[in-house]
Amino acid sequence: MTPVLEVRGLAFAYPDGHQALAGVDLHVHQGERVALLGPNGAGKTTLVLHLNGILVAGAGSVTISGLPVAKEHLPEIRRRVGIVFQDPDDQLFMGTVRADVAFGPANLGLKGAALEARVMSALDLVGMADFADRPPHHLSFGQRRRVAMATVLAMEPEILVLDEPSSNLDPASRRELADILRSLDVTVLMVTHDLPYAFELCPRSVVLSDGHVVADGTTYDVLTDDDLMRAHRLELPFGFDPRAIGNLPG
Amino acid sequence: MGGAHGHQLHFHAHSPLHRAPAHLKLVALLVFMITVVATPREWFPVYGGYLALLIAVIAISQVPPTYLLKRMVVEVPFVVFALLLPFVAHGPRTDVLGLSVSESGLLGAWGLLAKGTLGVLASLTLAATTEPQALLAGLQRLRMPALLVQIMGFMIRYLEVVTDELRRMRIARESRGFSGRDVRQWPVLAKTLGALFIRSFERGERVHLAMLSRGYTGEMPR
Repeated sequence: MTPVLEVRGLAFAYPDGHQALAGVDLHVHQGERVALLGPNGAGKTTLVLHLNGILVAGAGSVTISGLPVAKEHLPEIRRRVGIVFQDPDDQLFMGTVRADVAFGPANLGLKGAALEARVMSALDLVGMADFADRPPHHLSFGQRRRVAMATVLAMEPEILVLDEPSSNLDPASRRELADILRSLDVTVLMVTHDLPYAFELCPRSVVLSDGHVVADGTTYDVLTDDDLMRAHRLELPFGFDPRAIGNLPG
Repeated sequence: MGGAHGHQLHFHAHSPLHRAPAHLKLVALLVFMITVVATPREWFPVYGGYLALLIAVIAISQVPPTYLLKRMVVEVPFVVFALLLPFVAHGPRTDVLGLSVSESGLLGAWGLLAKGTLGVLASLTLAATTEPQALLAGLQRLRMPALLVQIMGFMIRYLEVVTDELRRMRIARESRGFSGRDVRQWPVLAKTLGALFIRSFERGERVHLAMLSRGYTGEMPR
């Protein structure tokens, strides 16, 4: 089966010479939820920006369900890959929640009733349908993050890429978001520093460090590999022990 | 988040004026302003008529007069300028309260004050009775170029984000013992503005990235 996301030998250097990615290989299959872990500066965000062609690979390739990320395919690639950025204020730029969620599908050419239906079903998925006519800046941070997710879900992506989905959320919003993520029938790649969150939601984890994939396995195996964790500046929060919880079934 | 809900100029009510379509209100405001500006400043009673009309409209709008008066402070710089005019203008002079002032300056000051005050009051009434989003939609219906409407929309959207950022920077500054009262400290304020500019610029880039990621190709979808 063709993987939803296939990254091969991806390398990228910024104009200042900093080699952010040095040969990354990664496959994500349909229906998987994968956590992308790694210390600050490991190249996680750089990798994410390659997935929908914002950055162009220096070497190697990225394919989304068999379609290579290249200039001529960008509109379709950006429909297939939905990125939810870390700061919802960057993602919500229209005057109302409804207009914001409609922005993506309207760019895809949807109009009228079909557009409206798409918007409301995306808002329903994240439990924000009642807020459709509110301006985004009047919502709480957790609500804004959920709307940001709806703006991407409205494009019916094949893979949902989340950049630090749990950052700045209070515990209740964090749990609500986890419930939403579990209820979605979509492939997820989740970039995070929140290791318990990764453990809770993603059966599989990939560790990126210094532009290389240094581990790829079940989240349980990754988090309990003490040498690996120490070598790549990954630390479990105080009091959190995956061994005490056990290997969660996917 | 937190702070006042709704924009600071908008007053929530359900008057006929609130319900009137935004584009009609915009046109009415424009016509009113042009008429006021075109009226010769010697026609004193006509200005009384304008003021009476405006007061009637405000009464219909159910916006408390004090609400509007407090927001009229934006006019202060013009008032100061107008008050200076009679003293600096040339021409024949006359005595007012024992001070020698220029006649043409006095007339000029009156014109500036009357026209300015009517304009500010009328604009505030529009802002108090119309949601910013409705205003944008009204401008669009009046065939304002889409790009300008987009830019204004972004401005409204990010105004609060940026002022909030400025507020946090001020709190952080003051938490470290800074006080802006001393002139020698003002360079710090300038640097804050510089930092704010760079932050806003970077946010603009990130917003653009997020737009591209959702298939933006340079034109706002309709």
